[in-house]
Amino acid sequence: MILTRPSEIRDLLTRVRTVAMVGASSNPLRPSYTVFSYLRTQKPYDVTPINPTLTEIDGIAAYPTLAAYAEQRDAPDVVDVFRKPSEVVGVVNDAIAAEAKAIWFQYGVINDEAIALADQAGLDVVVDRCMKVEHARFRGGLSTSGLNSGLITSRRREA
Amino acid sequence: MQHEHRFGFATRAIHAGTPPDPATGSRAAPIYQTAAYVFGSTEQAAELFALRSYGYIYSRISNPTVAAFEERMASLEGGLGAIAFSSGLAAQLCTILSLAQAGDHLVCAQNVYGGTVTQLSVTVKRMGIDTTFISAERPDAARAAIVANTKFLFVETIGNPSGIVADLRAFAPIAHEAGIPLVVDNTFATPYLCRPIEMGADIVLHSATKFINGHGTAIGGVLIESGKFPWSNGRFPLLDTPSPGYHGKVFTETFGEYAFLMRARAEVSRDVGAAMSPMDAWLMLLGLETLELRMDRHVRNARAVVNFLRNRPEVAWVREPQMGSVFTFGLGGGREAGRRFIDALELWSHLANIGDAKSLVIHPASTTHSQLSDEELRLAGVEPESIRLSVGLEEVDDLLWDLDNGLRSVSP
Repeated sequence: MILTRPSEIRDLLTRVRTVAMVGASSNPLRPSYTVFSYLRTQKPYDVTPINPTLTEIDGIAAYPTLAAYAEQRDAPDVVDVFRKPSEVVGVVNDAIAAEAKAIWFQYGVINDEAIALADQAGLDVVVDRCMKVEHARFRGGLSTSGLNSGLITSRRREA
Repeated sequence: MQHEHRFGFATRAIHAGTPPDPATGSRAAPIYQTAAYVFGSTEQAAELFALRSYGYIYSRISNPTVAAFEERMASLEGGLGAIAFSSGLAAQLCTILSLAQAGDHLVCAQNVYGGTVTQLSVTVKRMGIDTTFISAERPDAARAAIVANTKFLFVETIGNPSGIVADLRAFAPIAHEAGIPLVVDNTFATPYLCRPIEMGADIVLHSATKFINGHGTAIGGVLIESGKFPWSNGRFPLLDTPSPGYHGKVFTETFGEYAFLMRARAEVSRDVGAAMSPMDAWLMLLGLETLELRMDRHVRNARAVVNFLRNRPEVAWVREPQMGSVFTFGLGGGREAGRRFIDALELWSHLANIGDAKSLVIHPASTTHSQLSDEELRLAGVEPESIRLSVGLEEVDDLLWDLDNGLRSVSP
């Protein structure tokens, strides 16, 4: 199912524990590193880089492929994708084979064939959004920067 | 399927940006009167400085009370986010510096606030950024004025003090066809009367000193961005090429739709240093809670004042507001009659502001627009005899009583 409503995306972010980040970079200037370094400090997330050119990022072991990840770990709750749109059909096939429950295509990672493939395979799909931004929306991070979280509530959030 | 409830304008004017304080449960927004914030660890400090995590560092860059005001403004204007400043002109200058540099060019309506004309034609021009002024009533003139290095098109929703309403739906496609954003000053209309982003604007500016504060108690400004403009279209190297201010970070790549807002805050606002204070943000938040109630009454009172003036023989003309509660009129006796009229008023305050709960009066040609040449005054829609009224929230009978006294003092 393709998730577009804020409540659907919030529910996904609440369900998720393990995040396999395909295309995670160790270069601090790359968006994927920014998202990686943010998400890995957010409890209870367990974030793993998937990148055949790296052995680790900031001390966290990387796997070369999703298949290698799935051999040693439980199926990932979500596969977060930082790859060229033209290369992501293969990523979806790998995610399905790894029995991932959801796939998240980051900003600009838009490939209609890949989206349809993941949707038909029963994965929850988020497209053209940033996992860091959406997480920050619901945990208060966006609000610290004057960004419109869209949240209206008179309930008290935990400090 | 779960229904996604959309909260209405008045509700968001009271609640957006201000959930109960997580630390104390305080229902009113706390005033975080602090310059800086203790880091949780050296690692967290490094992540914050590198823009890899969200949080507070120093109140020149962001502050929880100011952020609450920013989020509320973003919600009311229908934008992605907002940045508050120490004044409307500071918000405008930081918008310019976020998009343009020496050698660039802007296109601006000529009927804008006199302080804006001066900012553009003197200070910004001195920095190497030229502006072409066009008629707010001729969107096609904007098309002709846009050149290869033009970075944005700027208009006021309601011109100050001409009252000319810009056709935003006509200006927006002209800007977008040229690959540039439409920047709209929405001070006179407020997001209650007009939401420029819904009409195609990309950046909305306010002097928050006016109707947003609503009580004349603080100076402030704010910019709101839609998040819909394609900043990677090749026309904005400040946003989509490596930034020397952040070790070569490319803002469009890292922040996607948030690129403009992140850079405008983390680089431009940081370096300009014209931040809004927490106390002033709190006054703005309080003002916004009654924006809808106040605007309805401002408009109702303004209608009554217009009708009153129309029927007076001393009044040569009234430029009835198409929207809002600020307008000009002229006395048959010209500039000298205007001076006597203002001096005879008891209740209306003679001062240089608008949007206060109190009714205000001024003679623009000798005050707010006095730096403009005669030609610029004419183009701005200001006659030598124009008197500007900002109709407040008092009993309308009292306002009319006072105007009557003023008009009697100039009766032939």
